[in-house]
Amino acid sequence: MEQKNLKEEILRISGVNPRKCMKCGKCSGTCPSYEEMDFHPHQFVYMVESGDIEPLMASGSLYRCLTCFACVERCPRQVEPAKLIEAVRLTVIRQQGQNHLKPDQLPGMLDEDMPQQALVSAMRKFAK
Amino acid sequence: MQRIGVFVCWCGSNIAATVDVKAVAEALGKEPGVVYFEDYQYMCSEEGQNKIKNAIRDYKLTGAVICSCSPRMHENTFRKAAAAAGINSFMVEIANIREQCSWIHKDKVSATEKAIILGRAAIAKVHLNAPLTAGESPVVKRALVIGGGIAGIQTALDIADAGFEVDIVEKKPTIGGKMSQIDKTFPTLDCAACILTPKMVDVAQNEKIRIFSYSEVDAVKGFVGNFKVSIRRKARFVDEVKCTGCGLCTEKCPQKKVPNEFNLGLDQRRAIYIPFAQAVPKVATIDADYCTMLKTGKCGVCSKVCAAGAIDYKQKDTFVEEEYGAIVVATGFNPIELKKYDEFAYSQSPDVITSLEFERITNAAGPTGGTLLRPSDGTHPKKIVFVQCVGSREDGGGCGKTYCSKICCMYTAKHAMLTREKYPDTEVYVFYIDVRTPGKSFDEFYRRAVEEYGVHYVKGMVGKVSPENGKLMVRASDLIEGKQLNIDADLVVLAAAIEPDQSARPLATMLTASMDTNDFFTEAHPKLRPVESPTAGIFLSGCCQGPKDIPETVAQASACAAKVIGLLAKDKLTCNACVAHSSEMLCNGCSTCEKVCPYGAISYEEKEFRMPDRTTRVRRVASVNPAVCQGCGACTVACPSGAMDLHGFSNRQIMAEVDAICK
Repeated sequence: MEQKNLKEEILRISGVNPRKCMKCGKCSGTCPSYEEMDFHPHQFVYMVESGDIEPLMASGSLYRCLTCFACVERCPRQVEPAKLIEAVRLTVIRQQGQNHLKPDQLPGMLDEDMPQQALVSAMRKFAK
Repeated sequence: MQRIGVFVCWCGSNIAATVDVKAVAEALGKEPGVVYFEDYQYMCSEEGQNKIKNAIRDYKLTGAVICSCSPRMHENTFRKAAAAAGINSFMVEIANIREQCSWIHKDKVSATEKAIILGRAAIAKVHLNAPLTAGESPVVKRALVIGGGIAGIQTALDIADAGFEVDIVEKKPTIGGKMSQIDKTFPTLDCAACILTPKMVDVAQNEKIRIFSYSEVDAVKGFVGNFKVSIRRKARFVDEVKCTGCGLCTEKCPQKKVPNEFNLGLDQRRAIYIPFAQAVPKVATIDADYCTMLKTGKCGVCSKVCAAGAIDYKQKDTFVEEEYGAIVVATGFNPIELKKYDEFAYSQSPDVITSLEFERITNAAGPTGGTLLRPSDGTHPKKIVFVQCVGSREDGGGCGKTYCSKICCMYTAKHAMLTREKYPDTEVYVFYIDVRTPGKSFDEFYRRAVEEYGVHYVKGMVGKVSPENGKLMVRASDLIEGKQLNIDADLVVLAAAIEPDQSARPLATMLTASMDTNDFFTEAHPKLRPVESPTAGIFLSGCCQGPKDIPETVAQASACAAKVIGLLAKDKLTCNACVAHSSEMLCNGCSTCEKVCPYGAISYEEKEFRMPDRTTRVRRVASVNPAVCQGCGACTVACPSGAMDLHGFSNRQIMAEVDAICK
């Protein structure tokens, strides 16, 4: 996909307007996965706005986001960074051959202690 | 012999914690002449003042020493109390045992000893005090406003509205100032000319206001209430009364190659000109530096075409002497020179411009008729880079200013927004260090530029601009993304720092008004007296006091007018009672005092004196005008024969204090 379309697609999926960001850094300040990410929530917002999206798609940071929505909750300008990260992630797994988890893999992963929510969440994160 | 009362204040624990106040009162009670002593928690309170009043009456005191805070704080309070009890208020002396003793010492024993010494000195002085009466001086009920920008205009209108006469002195041919050059005003984006020019017309039509355009203040004498000002009316070679402002001369003048300063040199005007269509007064002016007639004597076209016969090539500078009760400084600002900022290529490329030049380019009355075009080739710029903080917030050692120029963030947001609105295909970048937009509806305005108009705000500074093949290569840093940017811009706009007008420094010297290191006028108190100079009778309006935008300038201008009106409403001002006086018998007529007096209060006169042998002799002696003298004491120090002395601070009194301290 072309850079410009890519940006528009991400904005469409997420419904986020990154221009509202005033670069205060509160999202990254609150993020529990900060240490494990190479690109932090505020950088997602900024880089999507400037169309610099490919490095984000290639980054493992996409899968480190816990979708805890702390950043969404605390953003003073209601930018909702987690939704943007989610949209970038969706853009990646919607590409051909990027389906990382198929339903028939699930029985093998089952484990008595694992809550069913985790499975649903994993499907959402890794599958088309 | 005086009968002196000593009153020692605790100031709560401010003094009492470090100074043994009882010991001080008792020790001072033993001094000669002291007939009463007392200490109290708050001497300045109603109760404390009553103690002083009662003691003065009951013990028939002729003088009082108050050991308390600085005389700056409560001298007036205690003088009033003494006067209410029936003694002359100048028979009260303050021994400052707070700021100069308790607050700066820790050891109670030595602090107490020092407090006693300070009290003793004050007692020694009171012994030599004599009752003084302050004179009065009349107030000339007219004001002078120096500078005819929006600050000067607003102040003049408000003073005139209160019924006082005002003169505006403006060095340019028209009033209006910087605001007349601006296109739109933030945050409401109304057209600057549309809101300014009606005010200019109001000034012209107001019967109480006179405009001295193309004029400068030449000399200032006198003091608050009684300033004498000499105004130089520069020769404009056009009779202001006869000229109708038809503008025919400005069309026919053959000298077309004069840089037009109103458009910041972006286009050219004639040698005879009217700065802009709504100029007030609308009178032509001949630029003597370019006029062929004035330089070679051969031309005279303007004189031939002028139906009113207003052209006068022989006009000379004239001087007007006027008296004023108050002077308002409204000398305004200028953007700094950018020659030293070569990294931005300002002097290398005509497409690198200042924000004020950008205003002219986007103004409908400007050189491009309001169409945004590059100065170099007249094409539409497709990519514009704005650079903020150029010359602001720099270390004192550099070529810039240490302060924030305050207005740049908002006008840059305005420029960026207007560009995107008029030309949506233009890409606009703003490089900032911080975005500072405090003010009503200001931050919302800046956010609108980002969110609605899609202006790219980049945190970081432009490092270098290099002109290459008709483009401007801008290298900058993006600190948030942590990378270097290279942008091929068509136009670069620099938000140059602002500085006080060059005329401010010599004017401050003339007015004996103080300035800071940046040449901004200092206010009497940064919070509580922000529109007055520490020099009585001098008031500050607009950017001469510090960078400010239009709403703030207008607010300050009206505040300034209120202060001026308060002064002019008085019929008389109480003078300083502690003025200098000269002993005619000691004066040797050397004129030293006259030369050092900053207020022009001393004059010399020839006077006849009877000699012991009954002959008469004429001698030249100094005489002080007590209404003008401010009691600074410079003359008393300079006088070689000891003839000059200051009431209330005589040489004898000061020596007595020194002796008491050294006893």
